[in-house]
Amino acid sequence: MRIELNGQSKELDGPSTVAELLLALGLERAPCAVEVNAQLVRKALHPSHALAEGDRVEVVTLVGGG
Amino acid sequence: MRLPKATASRSLPLLEAADAEYLMTTHQPPIIARTSPIAPALPPLRIGSFTLKSRLVVGTGKYRDYPTMQAAIEASGADCVTVAVRRERLVDAEGRSILDFLPLERLTILPNTAGCFTADDAVRVSRLGREILEQLGNPGAGWVKLEVLGDRTTLLPDPVGTLEACKELVKDGFTVLCYSSDDPIIAARLRDAGAASVMPAGSPIGSGRGIANPAAIRMVIDRLKLAEQGGSAEYPVIVDAGVGTASDIVHAMELGADGVLLNTGIAHAQDPVRMAHAMRLALDAGWHTARAGRIPRKLYANASSPWEGVITHIPGE
Repeated sequence: MRIELNGQSKELDGPSTVAELLLALGLERAPCAVEVNAQLVRKALHPSHALAEGDRVEVVTLVGGG
Repeated sequence: MRLPKATASRSLPLLEAADAEYLMTTHQPPIIARTSPIAPALPPLRIGSFTLKSRLVVGTGKYRDYPTMQAAIEASGADCVTVAVRRERLVDAEGRSILDFLPLERLTILPNTAGCFTADDAVRVSRLGREILEQLGNPGAGWVKLEVLGDRTTLLPDPVGTLEACKELVKDGFTVLCYSSDDPIIAARLRDAGAASVMPAGSPIGSGRGIANPAAIRMVIDRLKLAEQGGSAEYPVIVDAGVGTASDIVHAMELGADGVLLNTGIAHAQDPVRMAHAMRLALDAGWHTARAGRIPRKLYANASSPWEGVITHIPGE
């Protein structure tokens, strides 16, 4: 299954939830937020939110800024 | 030939005269007769349900390294810092996070929507920032510094997009601090839309040009804070962006601002930590100056030593 992750195409091995994706990225404990198709997916819903072919996923964090 | 009036009076310092007019004819902030010693600490800054000890809010971008940023924040005395929301770096996820260098237990994080050019994007980014701060248990989850920018060259606010996003975010329960143009009309519209604070730009972000249009900033402050203009003295106005040096902060505070937000002026100074210290002192200086009642500007001198008893020859007398 192919998704777009932070603007880059990414092939996933099989069906995956947001929580599984974060685990695969090593970000399961990182302070980050996830959007799927421009909609926020709250952390509590990460384990149940299944990703679909072609989903546009953004994983964001806080950085220095003014 | 008779000269037009403006030309005839060109020998006067016109700018100074204009400056004097708006600085002297407005009434804000009120000068209150002081009966007790000056308190060492300024009163806290209240923005919606948030209370900040320091009236200086600092950015966290553009520092050469995180330890310098950490030391500069400490030296600034700020208890609120703003951060941006960006893509997680998936290639180098091992890199250290800015959060490791921010004492989250004593700082309120103010997430911003820097880099947003539409209301929709600003709302998305605000929600993402809130999601992260909720995970961190930081009170900053409740608010946002809203920026909807017009273009990348000026980074000036898009007033239409800002107003649209402000309404949406207020509806969604955010305490919204709106980065705005130095225009009293849009400032009042943002306030009416529920912005907890309006933050007029002194000059473009990162430009270091200070308060480019002091008369406009004064009008924004008067509009939002003077009862006779439909404002409230309690309504917080923070000058945001353009601060290049400490005197810019003094200027903003003298014009009646409640606080100042800046980033580049500290982060890109040659010695950011010392500059942060200077900015802190400037804020205090400006606050007290605004309440001490400055002398009117005059074109000619007014001797400080008495004329009575002089033993000298005064030219022309």
